[in-house]
Amino acid sequence: MISAKDVSKRYGAVQALQDVSLDLHPGEVVALVGDNGAGKSTLVKVIAGVVSPDSGGVAIDGEPAHIGDPHDAQRLGISTVYQDLALCENLDVVANLFLGSELRKGSVLSHIRMERSARDLLTSLDVRIRDIRVPVAMLSGGQRQSVAIARALIGEPRLVILDEPTAALGVEQTAQVLDLIRRLRERGLAVLLISHNLADVRAVSDRVVVLRLGRNAGEFRTADATQESIVAAITGAAA
Amino acid sequence: MNAATVTRKPYTPKEAIERLRHGDLGAWPVVGALIAIAVVFGSLNEHFLSPENLTNLALQMAATGTISLGIIMVLLLGEIDLSAGSVSGLCAVVMAILSVRQGWNPILAIVVALAAGALVGLLHGIMFTRLRMPSFVVTLAGLIGWQGLLLYLLGEGGIVNLPFDGFVAKLSDTWLPPWLAWFIVALLVLVSGGSSLINRRLRLAAELPVPPAWWTAVKIGGLTVVLAGAVLVMSADRGVPLLLVIFGTLVVAFDLVLRHTAFGRWMYAVGGNVEAARRAGISVTRIRVLAFVLSSTLAAFGGILSASRLSAVNQGSGGSDILLMAIAAAVIGGTSLFGGRGRTYAALLGILVIQSITNGMYLLSVDSSVRYMVTAAVLALAVAIDSLARRGSTP
Repeated sequence: MISAKDVSKRYGAVQALQDVSLDLHPGEVVALVGDNGAGKSTLVKVIAGVVSPDSGGVAIDGEPAHIGDPHDAQRLGISTVYQDLALCENLDVVANLFLGSELRKGSVLSHIRMERSARDLLTSLDVRIRDIRVPVAMLSGGQRQSVAIARALIGEPRLVILDEPTAALGVEQTAQVLDLIRRLRERGLAVLLISHNLADVRAVSDRVVVLRLGRNAGEFRTADATQESIVAAITGAAA
Repeated sequence: MNAATVTRKPYTPKEAIERLRHGDLGAWPVVGALIAIAVVFGSLNEHFLSPENLTNLALQMAATGTISLGIIMVLLLGEIDLSAGSVSGLCAVVMAILSVRQGWNPILAIVVALAAGALVGLLHGIMFTRLRMPSFVVTLAGLIGWQGLLLYLLGEGGIVNLPFDGFVAKLSDTWLPPWLAWFIVALLVLVSGGSSLINRRLRLAAELPVPPAWWTAVKIGGLTVVLAGAVLVMSADRGVPLLLVIFGTLVVAFDLVLRHTAFGRWMYAVGGNVEAARRAGISVTRIRVLAFVLSSTLAAFGGILSASRLSAVNQGSGGSDILLMAIAAAVIGGTSLFGGRGRTYAALLGILVIQSITNGMYLLSVDSSVRYMVTAAVLALAVAIDSLARRGSTP
């Protein structure tokens, strides 16, 4: 289990997070929702090691973990897919999946091993790309998002953080990505999903955590929660 | 696993057009241009396609082609090196002064000159990455500054002649005996054919798609025809020039490095999306510095080859239109100015186009004013194709 405990972060006059806590269990999709400025991005950045908190921190299986930079987070099994996909459009799918962690002998790339594992990984996630040797520039938006998510799995992480994965996608491609998120859960990964789209959140998550003005503002089991109660927690309309 | 998934199907015409629209033109526009040039100049002047002239062409290509190869290294990152011409002249002068005026061993002089080139590139790279100066400005300063140092080093005389029978001058006056040329052709065909076969086996064993067998055969057959044709033509004259072999070796070696090593993969990654490369843990700074070092070192080597052709260095070494020809060759050959796209063969094909145009126009005694305008038009066309391809590739 990976958890954030009593995380506080202040930017100048703005208290971005105030004693926020969050538990992430294996095989569970947790949706992190909240209005703009609620502190979602800051919390994600703390977990991913991009920002260090003023107080509080991340614990892994109950042990406090030191996360000083994104590499620490990756080493501890925390993998993040950012909204801007950070793919190299000129490279093919295989090259993008293994970017920065290429399989090689000495300095020479092991093309065949990489292509084989890339294909196995994409097949196991049911991502359909006809030719994985074409540049990513030639793929559809949904396929690119799928490649970006698959890439997060290369280091065998325990937690995958997805930042607005469906924001720029059409209906059919959104469905593809949501399916992919369900398969991440089936693999036993903890998934933290940041989304503005409550329909997506309700479709795919097990638990919804609401932030409001930098504080925990409610937690629901998705199966039990109504849309109204989540919206009320986001806007602070009713207690 | 059935046959359909194991054999990679050739593209249907529709998919092929789709690929073209996305800028995956490959080398085809250049090959088309070369054929057009051969037909036009060949019909205007019977000497253009003569073995003697084609051998001269091969000899003329090597120096500027090597500089162009260096330019490709920085173009792949989406940067530019305007100093390559000056650096080539400067390092040639360093080599000439050490070997002639100081009486050093010529090979040692060449090594020191290459090291000087690497040092210059290191300086450019550090100014670009640490001081965050635009590469355009760094190398523009280099263009002027290294030219100044060249003039300073040459001093009053302004010219250093290389002995005609010395090692350096001999480089461009050495011709491969026919048996050696044919041996190299056979070796290249065997190695490339053999590696395709082995690769095919390994891919099939890993249940990965392979191109159809006839396509591999056509590619190797094509390579054989082109190489054998070139050797046949040049053997009818003086033989294959050593300079061409050196240049060809560099092109092939750098192509292998760029496509099969982690360093090469990271060059393309940095050129494609700096932010993605950085997030993937690639040391962007190191890649950038290395690219500038490679560019200047190759420029230095090109300068030495050029000095060898001329058997001298003078105040004009590395000057006039060498830089622009080298950049134009890289772009005409299909290297994108926007980074991340291109192969080292662009240097070979691009310089072949430019040098053929230059050479053909000399044969026709066309005024250099017209020559400049035609070369400019070809360059503009190549950049237009590159820009359109880039627009097609962004969603």
